[in-house]
Amino acid sequence: MTFPTFLFYAFAAILVFAALRVVTARNPVHAVLWLVLAFFTAAAHWLMLRAEFLAIVLVLVYVGAVMVLFLFVVMMLDINFDNLRKQFRSYLPVAATVGALVLIEMALTLMGSRLAVPGGGTAGPAAGGNTRALGMLVYTEYVYPFEIAAVILLVAIIAAIALTHRKRRETKYQNPGEQVKARPGDRLRILNIPSEKKPH
Amino acid sequence: MELLSAPTLSHYLVLGAILFAISMGGIFLNRKNVIILLMAIELMLLAVNLNFIAFSSYLDDMAGQVFVFFILTVAAAESAIGLAILVLLFRNVGSIDVEDMGKLKG
Repeated sequence: MTFPTFLFYAFAAILVFAALRVVTARNPVHAVLWLVLAFFTAAAHWLMLRAEFLAIVLVLVYVGAVMVLFLFVVMMLDINFDNLRKQFRSYLPVAATVGALVLIEMALTLMGSRLAVPGGGTAGPAAGGNTRALGMLVYTEYVYPFEIAAVILLVAIIAAIALTHRKRRETKYQNPGEQVKARPGDRLRILNIPSEKKPH
Repeated sequence: MELLSAPTLSHYLVLGAILFAISMGGIFLNRKNVIILLMAIELMLLAVNLNFIAFSSYLDDMAGQVFVFFILTVAAAESAIGLAILVLLFRNVGSIDVEDMGKLKG
């Protein structure tokens, strides 16, 4: 067994175990952390498949941003997680059945000779690196999908802000329009009071 | 095929299938908890991405990696909006139980 083979099985075992813990963890914070581990090991697999750029993106974007967002939400909301797990045991048979069914279906598809899976090894690394090759494709052949992806991200930003933004009644805030409209006359009233002589 | 042979495309496809099956089971297992449901969906997307990258690598075709790139983009948007809806739901209903989400039933 060569070292890359060993790495494959080691990372595959960690990945499957982490995935199992994600769906069975008692505490959602632990589930998020197991998911982070799953993403890290998946990134290692992608590195071994010579998709360096996407492996780095998975770690930076997924672990660095999306998972942190999950952690924030899990920790911010005051949720009674024990209530949500009450019927956990009773769902187990259905879940196991469905999971096994999906697995058997996929195994039948993969084992069958109908899908000609190439058995050869991987080709050599792309000239100039994986990032360069991906960039050459994304900015030429896939430039319109790339721009649509940018629009999707923009929509996601706006939607996330629009959904969660709310005006708090209890906080004090300034109204800039009112402030700009203010004239000296609104704030200062000059009264003409005649001075009186002091009585002798 | 011996048990621990050098990884071929089939190995990666089987790994992806196992991951997908686990997350599929996880969706049924945690059908009350929306946060875990979202995480199971992320796991499913990871399995799909693993398949894409394995095919891309073994067929020596970069299109698979471009697909993964776009899937990552859309998945990030999806989880951002999903979590925003989750926060909104918790603010309005006071729980994240899927069964408490029946308000549209009337």
